[in-house]
Amino acid sequence: MLSVKDLAVRFQTRRGPVDALRGVDLDVASGEILGIVGESGSGKSVTAYSIMRLLEAGGQVVDGKVRYAGVDLAGASDREMADIRGREISMIFQNPRSALNPIRKVGDQIGDVLRRHARATRYTARKEAIKALEAVRIRDAEARVDAYPFELSGGMCQRVVIALALACDPKLLIMDEPTTGLDITTQKAVMDLVVDLIRDRGMSAILITHDLGLASVYCDRIMVMKDGEVVERGTPAGLFAAPRHAYTRRLIDATPRIGATIRELLPVEARTSAPVRETDGTVLLEVRNLVKTFAGKSGPVHAVRDVSFSVRRGQTLGLVGESGCGKSTTSSMIVRLLDPTSGEIIFNDEDLTLTPSRDFARDHRRAKIQMVFQDATDSLNPRHSSRQSIAEPLDRLGEGATRMRVEELADLVGLPRALLDRFPHQLSGGQKARVGIARAIALDPDLLILDEPTAALDVSIQAVVLNLLIDLQARLGISYLFVSHDLNVVRLLCDDVIVMQGGRIVEQGSAEQVMRAPATEYTRSLIAAAPQPPAIRNQQ
Amino acid sequence: MSAVTDTRADGGGTFGHILYVLRGNPVTALSFGMFAVLIVAAIFGPYLVPHDPMASNAGSALQAPSWTHWFGTDNLGRDVFSRVVVATRLDLVISVSAVALSLVAGSVLGAAAGYFGGWLDAVLNRIMDTIMAFPLFVLAMGIVAALGNTVENIVYATAVINTPFYARLVRAEVNIRREAGFVQAARLAGNSDIRVLAMHIFPNALPPMMVQMSLNLGWAILNAAGLSFIGLGVRPPTAEWGIMVAEGANFIVSGEWWLAVFPGLALMFAVFTFNLMGDGLRDIVDPRQRT
Repeated sequence: MLSVKDLAVRFQTRRGPVDALRGVDLDVASGEILGIVGESGSGKSVTAYSIMRLLEAGGQVVDGKVRYAGVDLAGASDREMADIRGREISMIFQNPRSALNPIRKVGDQIGDVLRRHARATRYTARKEAIKALEAVRIRDAEARVDAYPFELSGGMCQRVVIALALACDPKLLIMDEPTTGLDITTQKAVMDLVVDLIRDRGMSAILITHDLGLASVYCDRIMVMKDGEVVERGTPAGLFAAPRHAYTRRLIDATPRIGATIRELLPVEARTSAPVRETDGTVLLEVRNLVKTFAGKSGPVHAVRDVSFSVRRGQTLGLVGESGCGKSTTSSMIVRLLDPTSGEIIFNDEDLTLTPSRDFARDHRRAKIQMVFQDATDSLNPRHSSRQSIAEPLDRLGEGATRMRVEELADLVGLPRALLDRFPHQLSGGQKARVGIARAIALDPDLLILDEPTAALDVSIQAVVLNLLIDLQARLGISYLFVSHDLNVVRLLCDDVIVMQGGRIVEQGSAEQVMRAPATEYTRSLIAAAPQPPAIRNQQ
Repeated sequence: MSAVTDTRADGGGTFGHILYVLRGNPVTALSFGMFAVLIVAAIFGPYLVPHDPMASNAGSALQAPSWTHWFGTDNLGRDVFSRVVVATRLDLVISVSAVALSLVAGSVLGAAAGYFGGWLDAVLNRIMDTIMAFPLFVLAMGIVAALGNTVENIVYATAVINTPFYARLVRAEVNIRREAGFVQAARLAGNSDIRVLAMHIFPNALPPMMVQMSLNLGWAILNAAGLSFIGLGVRPPTAEWGIMVAEGANFIVSGEWWLAVFPGLALMFAVFTFNLMGDGLRDIVDPRQRT
C-alpha cells in the first residue's frame, strides 16, 4: 500500500549539511501496523514527515521514491498532497495539546477537517463531529464537542486528535510517539483504543516510538532505525528472540522488564557487579500527616490529604502514581519549595516545617536535601555553562567551588570534562541529566529527590543514568525518594514503594511485595498498563 | 558554512561569537559599521570638521552645497556639514542616556512585578497603564514644560515615556520563568529570592530587551529632535538635528533645501542604524545562538 524506496533526506545547518536519512526502505501492507523504533536522532520522525511532505524548511528529500496506492507522493502537487493528507493518510502528533488550536472548540476543529474533505456541510459539521468523538469513546460527546483543549486532560486531548485523524476514514494512519507525556494507564487506554479502531476499519498504520516494549505489543512488524538507517526488521517475537544487530540487542537490553536487574539493562560488555550498599536501616526522613490544600477558583483543591511515610538512610523509596495524584506536590514540600498546609517533615530528628520555605534557601539544612528535576533541559539555566551550573550550589552553600571539585563531580557522574564549558543547548539529553545529577550531589546531600529523572531520556540513556544513580548511592550513602509513574523503572531502583491516588496513599510496602502481590485494584491496573515485551530468551 | 566559522563558533568565546553573528548576517555587519560611523562622529566630530560649527559669516550665508561647504551654509553663514557632524554627540548622549535610564527603571519595576506578583504587580501595572494612556509625545512635552527647558529634562521625559515598554516586556519574560526548573534549582542551591531574580531569571530576558532597546534608541532620537523642533529643550544656536530641521524648514519654500534635508538625513541614518542593529544584538547576547 505504501512503499518507500531508498529515501534520503538532508538538512542544511550552521555546521553544513547533515544526512538525516540514508537509503530508507519500507513497505506497509494493507491492514498492517508497522512499528518504527529508534532513539532520538535516529530519523524515525523525519521518515514520517517526509512521507507526508511536511519537512521543515531546512530539510530536503535528495533521493528516493515514495509511492502510495500507485501515486508518487514525491512528485504530487501541493494541491494533490492537501487532498491526500487527512483523507488518505492521516497523522497523530507527539504532543496532543500543541496539535490542537488552543483558542477553538474541539468540535469546530473536527468540523473543519470534515468540511475540507467534503464529508460534512456547515449544517451537519456539528453532528458529524459528535459522531467522530463518540467513535473514539469520549463519554458525553454532546458536551465535549464545545470544550476548548485546555478544558480537557492530556489523554482526552489525544483522543480528540485521534478523532481528528480518523474523521475522514483515512486508509493509513501515522502515529508519531502518540503517548509521550501521557500516564502509563492513559497510554494503555489510548493505544488499545486506536489499535482497536485501526483493526475494525481495516486500516494500515505506522507507529513511531522510542519504546520497543510498546511497539512489540501493538505492531505486526518492527523496523529498528539508527542514525538515519534501518538496522533491523522483523516480527516483535522474532526480534526479541534473536536480534541480529548489536544495536537492537542494546535496545532490548535497555528496555526495563520483569525479571531483569538494573545491571542487566546495560550492554553485556558494560555490566559490572552490582554495588554493595551499607545501610543501618535507621530512619532519615519521616513525614507525618502531611496535608496540602490549594485555594482553587471553585473551592479548595486537596492535593495531598494526610500522607505519612518514612525514608531510611541509604535506601530508596519509590513514590508512584498518575499525574494529579499528589506525588509532585508531596516531593515539593519535602524539598522545601512549598509549605504544607499541616503536618510534619522530620529530617534528622528536626521538624523542617518550622522554617518557612522562603527562608529555607539560606538554612544550614538546605544543602542536605537536594533534587534532580524531571526535565533536564528546563532545569538548567540556558545562560550558564555546565561548570557554572555545577559550581552554583558550592558557591552559595558550600565552601566555594574550586576547579578541582567541579571536575571531580563531573568525573563522578561520568560527564567528560571537555563538556564543562558548554551551554545546555550544546549537550545531549543524557549529558544534561548528568549535569543535573552532579549539581544535586555537589553538596553531599543526605536525601536526594529524583523527580522522574529519566522520563525525557532514551531507553539506553535511561539505563546508564539509573545505573549511575545506584552506584552513587552505594558510594555516597545518599537516600533517594524516587518519584515516577513507571513501575517498570521503580521496581529496578526502589527498596520500598508508596502508591498514591487522589492525594492519599493507597498502598505501601517493599517493592518486591507490591509488584508481586498488589493489594489494590489501582496498583494492579498500574502494573498491567506497563507494556511488557515478549519473553526474552535467557541471555547467559 | 566554512570550516573557519566552525572552529570559531566552537572555541571562540564571546568575541568569536560576535564575529560569527556579523559574518552570518551582512545586514547586522552593515548596521554595526554604520553605528561605528556615528560613534566616531560623536567622539571625534568637533576635531574632524572643516569649519567651526558656531562661527557665523554673513558674507557666505545660504550658499548651496559646494566643495568648500559640502552641505552648504545656513542663514548665518555657518557650515551645515560641520553642524550636522558636531550635533551627533548631543543627540546620541540624549538618546543613549534616556534609553539607559528607562532600561534600568523598567527592568527593576518589571522584574519585581513579574516575580513577586500580587498587589505589587497590580499597582505597577496600573501606573504603567496610566503612562501609556497619554499620547507619549504630548506627555514628554508636558514633562519638559513643567520641569524646565534643559537637556537633562529632555532625557528624563524621554526615559519616563519609554519605561512602560521595558517594564511590560521584562514582566512577561520574568513571569513565564518564575516557576521554571532552573529557577527551582537555583533556590535549592541556596539563592535568595532577589538573587534568583537578578542572577538567574533576569539575564534570560536580555535577548528580547536588546531588540526593544535598539528600536527604542531610534525613537528616543526622534523624540529629542521632535522636542527641539517645537522649541522645547535644546536652544539655538546649539547644533542639534531637530533644531536644524526646524530652522531650515523656514527656508525650504525659498529654495534653500539643504538646511533641513541634511540634518534630516542624519536623523534618518541614526534611526535606521539602531533599527537594523536590534536582531544582531539579540543574537549576540543569546547563548543559544552559539552552536
